[in-house]
Amino acid sequence: MTIEAASNLPVATTRAARPLVHPRWVRITHWVNALAIFMMIGSGWQIYDASPLFRFLYFPSQIALGEWLAGALLWHFAAMWLFVINLIVYVTLGIATGHFRQKLLPIRPHDVWADITLALRGKLSHDDLTVYNAVQRLLYFGVIIAAVVIVLSGLSIWKPVQLKYLTAFFGGYDIARYVHFFAMASIVAFLAIHITLALLVPKSLRAMIVGR
Amino acid sequence: MARTRKTPPGVDPKLLIKDAAKLLPEPSRRIFLRGAVSLGALSMLTGCDIVDGPTSENVLRVISRFNDKVQALLFSETTLAPEYPESAITRPFPFNAYYSIDEAPDIDGDNYKLEIGGLVDNKKSWTLPELNQLPEVSQITRHVCVEGWSAIGSWQGVRLSDFLKMIGADLTAKYVWFQCAEGYSNTIDMPTALHPQTQLTLKFDNKTLPTAYGFPIKIRIPTKLGFKNPKYVTAMWVQNNDAGGYWENQGYNWFSGQ
Repeated sequence: MTIEAASNLPVATTRAARPLVHPRWVRITHWVNALAIFMMIGSGWQIYDASPLFRFLYFPSQIALGEWLAGALLWHFAAMWLFVINLIVYVTLGIATGHFRQKLLPIRPHDVWADITLALRGKLSHDDLTVYNAVQRLLYFGVIIAAVVIVLSGLSIWKPVQLKYLTAFFGGYDIARYVHFFAMASIVAFLAIHITLALLVPKSLRAMIVGR
Repeated sequence: MARTRKTPPGVDPKLLIKDAAKLLPEPSRRIFLRGAVSLGALSMLTGCDIVDGPTSENVLRVISRFNDKVQALLFSETTLAPEYPESAITRPFPFNAYYSIDEAPDIDGDNYKLEIGGLVDNKKSWTLPELNQLPEVSQITRHVCVEGWSAIGSWQGVRLSDFLKMIGADLTAKYVWFQCAEGYSNTIDMPTALHPQTQLTLKFDNKTLPTAYGFPIKIRIPTKLGFKNPKYVTAMWVQNNDAGGYWENQGYNWFSGQ
């Protein structure tokens, strides 16, 4: 079949022929994670306000979750199960299926720089959604690391006696709080970029919903 | 919450009501989940207002009870809270309560008696001189507040497990309940009460406990958050029913272990 003939095929056929961008387990864990992370961040902001780490930073209740400290803690320690179990499923499948290796590696500094330059000039291609560019690989890899760090630092704040060696690994209770905060800040920064770009390239959003 | 609360023995219901009226949280707090439509995206994502109303509050409280069980499993009677050198003590150690320091109970030590009750063989009350004659243990540990801040303090007193054994407490009972002079109260689990660092505290930094830190008695529990360390303790009951606590009844996690 010639290229010309292919372009004349009915639209429905073309759609079916679209390559699978995201397998079902990636899409499910992605949206479960989206729900969990919003609950964790929203309640975390309200908890932060009870004893702020920085004088200049305070989260208004209107953009936080839980209304007061007790409510926010209930949300945080309920949503943590969803977040952690989902993260374990995602990372296990990501490693076991070779998904991470295929999609996220290798990450070469040279490629990252080249793709940032292209992106800033508006010339970064999104034609093939099945292949992540170097900037995507770096950001997705980074946010998975941030997720792992936020869970471990969170555990060390929650259980500084029973898990005292983990807390000590983070430099003690008080420093673990800062680690937890900055892991949150990195995830929020990631989300700002991630959501903006998903809205700029709507077909990437569609791919995360229907897979293609 | 599903937990039933009985009036603890030895408590005048009239006084309790008076205290409760005084201690009720602000109306906005009592419905702490309502209107918490955070991150508008959440309600948009789900298409319904799941963060509103008593249903979500009930679900959250059920999960909080589940978390109590998880924490009880994580708790080890042999895992000790880290201890620190004297140089690490936070000075001044913060006063912290739901009232100002001027309103802290001013207890007459000469007439003070610690009331003992519940599943205990010897229910004799204890005066301060009697308590001060018991073998003293000491700890410099980190007090972690549920709000997030922490401070290192130095506490001396009687190991609570020794005291419970001495008065013939039923160590198979599920809870130990503490009543405080200002109306505050706490219930803790027996494994925590028997932890080697759980202390019936009479001194701070080797000096008689000042009013700010709970004179005449504080229960120091380095394996629990600060609010589970009651001050101005006037009565201790060993029992099988969970009598709740001041903050726990308002939605804070019951176990609140560290």
